[in-house]
Amino acid sequence: MNHDNYPDNYIRGILNTVKTIAMVGISPKENRPSYFAFKYLLERGYHMIPVNPGQAGKLILNQKVYARLSDIPEPIDMVDIFRASEHVLPVVEEALKLQPKPQVIWMQLTIRNEEAARLAEAEGLKVVMNRCPKIEYGRLSSEISWMGVNSRTLSSRRAQNLGTGVQRMSLGATNKKGDN
Amino acid sequence: MTGPLSGLSNHHNLGAGIECPLSTFGGTMPDAERTPGFATLSIHAGAKPDPTTGARVTPIYQTTSFVFDDVDHAAALFGLQTFGNIYTRIGNPTCAVLEERVAALEGGTAGLAVASGHAAQVIVLHALMTPGDEFVASKKLYGGSINQFNHSFKNFGWNVVWADPDDLASFEKAVSPKTKCIFIESIANPGGVITDIEAISKIARKAGVPLIVDNTLATPYLCKPIDYGADIIVHSLTKFLGGHGNSIGGLIVDGGTFNWSRDKKYPMLSEPRPEYQGIILHETFGNFAFAIACRVLGLRDLGPALSPFNAFLVITGIETLPLRMQRHCDNTLAVAEWLSKRPEVAWVSYPGLPGDKYHKLAKKYSPKGAGAVFTFGLKGGYDAGVKLVSNVKLFSHLANIGDTRSLIIHPASTTHRQLSDAQKVQAGAGPDVVRLSVGLEDPEDIIADLELGLKAK
Repeated sequence: MNHDNYPDNYIRGILNTVKTIAMVGISPKENRPSYFAFKYLLERGYHMIPVNPGQAGKLILNQKVYARLSDIPEPIDMVDIFRASEHVLPVVEEALKLQPKPQVIWMQLTIRNEEAARLAEAEGLKVVMNRCPKIEYGRLSSEISWMGVNSRTLSSRRAQNLGTGVQRMSLGATNKKGDN
Repeated sequence: MTGPLSGLSNHHNLGAGIECPLSTFGGTMPDAERTPGFATLSIHAGAKPDPTTGARVTPIYQTTSFVFDDVDHAAALFGLQTFGNIYTRIGNPTCAVLEERVAALEGGTAGLAVASGHAAQVIVLHALMTPGDEFVASKKLYGGSINQFNHSFKNFGWNVVWADPDDLASFEKAVSPKTKCIFIESIANPGGVITDIEAISKIARKAGVPLIVDNTLATPYLCKPIDYGADIIVHSLTKFLGGHGNSIGGLIVDGGTFNWSRDKKYPMLSEPRPEYQGIILHETFGNFAFAIACRVLGLRDLGPALSPFNAFLVITGIETLPLRMQRHCDNTLAVAEWLSKRPEVAWVSYPGLPGDKYHKLAKKYSPKGAGAVFTFGLKGGYDAGVKLVSNVKLFSHLANIGDTRSLIIHPASTTHRQLSDAQKVQAGAGPDVVRLSVGLEDPEDIIADLELGLKAK
């Protein structure tokens, strides 16, 4: 995978497939980007699990916080990492020991760790780096266009409502042929 | 919790992917991710069919406000935690289509529509400047901008330092520790001047400040300043983007290229904002944070919102931008060539002409044409100028540019009337100067009308 330029269908495929997302490094403070992303994804119907050793046992947005990935008592589809690039490798190594293994490792905007990416891809996982799933969801669902953001998508099909409110849109179907 | 922000600007990915029904391409699947061309973006960028009704043309959402799904949704919107519509002063779905359209055409990350080109400049500088700061601006600007910078902005404590685009060293000399940005026009109004964007962007980089380019006269069809190092684009939509002389409007494009967090120079972007519970906009919104800052701090609090109806008219105008701009340029070159051979004409200042001082820069920055606005001088001076504008029948005598209609003005007897002769000459508005904005009529008719005016007794 070219990690400088992801096809839209790669991102859409991931966001349409995963259901349970563990967010490593989430902040309990409501003005932090990790909190924003967690809340947004929760509201879009994902099962969100907060991971932060300093907050273990507490609740963030009514979800129980775990100290580490291996403490989570259920399968995880995607690990979303809000840690500085140099701290990513141990998180990925821990994720790869989970049974069953997650399908996706996602590193947040500004975060890249090539070694961790290679390791995960060698085990058959999909990897995304230096992207925010909230921004990508907003971009591919057209919600972000309400903010004048260049979504870099064109379509003659109308965007689909998520069905849980007038201002929440769905991602639309993944294009199977282009889904790589 | 997040990593360093320095990598942000290096990873913005601006190629748009087209999602098309299979039938569009005759049943064969196109490449999964095509990069659409300029004409396609002019029609489609930002404008998917309406999600509620399926309306194909962007509806005019003529409403002040938008209902919330529930209390939590309202709170999330006000806290910038989710994307959506609250109130038309802050954002509107019709205006949003225009914003995304122009951002896509310029190759930027996001746009913000405002009430006029002047409002765009206020909002941009409001996000960058604090009282006592300086900004460097080209001397060769639209006269309205010169007034705004010299007088109104000084009342805010935003101090302009002028530099000469014909002397690049003057930009370097004008930079001081108080400088927060550099402001130029790509093709400068009243035409005839092409600014060396790339050279000035290097000076801005060295100074650690963003380069703002007013791209009104060129439009992204002729020149995309972000490709040459510009960080922020401002437009008067009133001119060629709208193109039909029916709507005032302005637009800001965030290039997504500037690192706002490198130092503490830009607290609107790099510091916790008391207006939004301590959010740091750059770390939260990444490479479109500048456009968000302009919206949620500048437009929200200063208020010059664009009417959705005006946005609709400009969106419709932009659909034909590539066709119109090429015709504007072709007509203008024909008119400039014709004028340069007339016995009544002393000089023609149009960079599209091979002998022009700015011809080389025009070939680099605006190769498809040098725009449609230019000036020329009459041997008969002031009286000849008055006579010309009084005797044309197709050209409209008025103070706008960038209309389908051909426009003419004699600055010395109108817009620059209050200045002394010496001041007029310095402003490029000497008694002999006539400015044209060449329209889309048949070039033979445009030329015949000028001939009528020149020959009149």
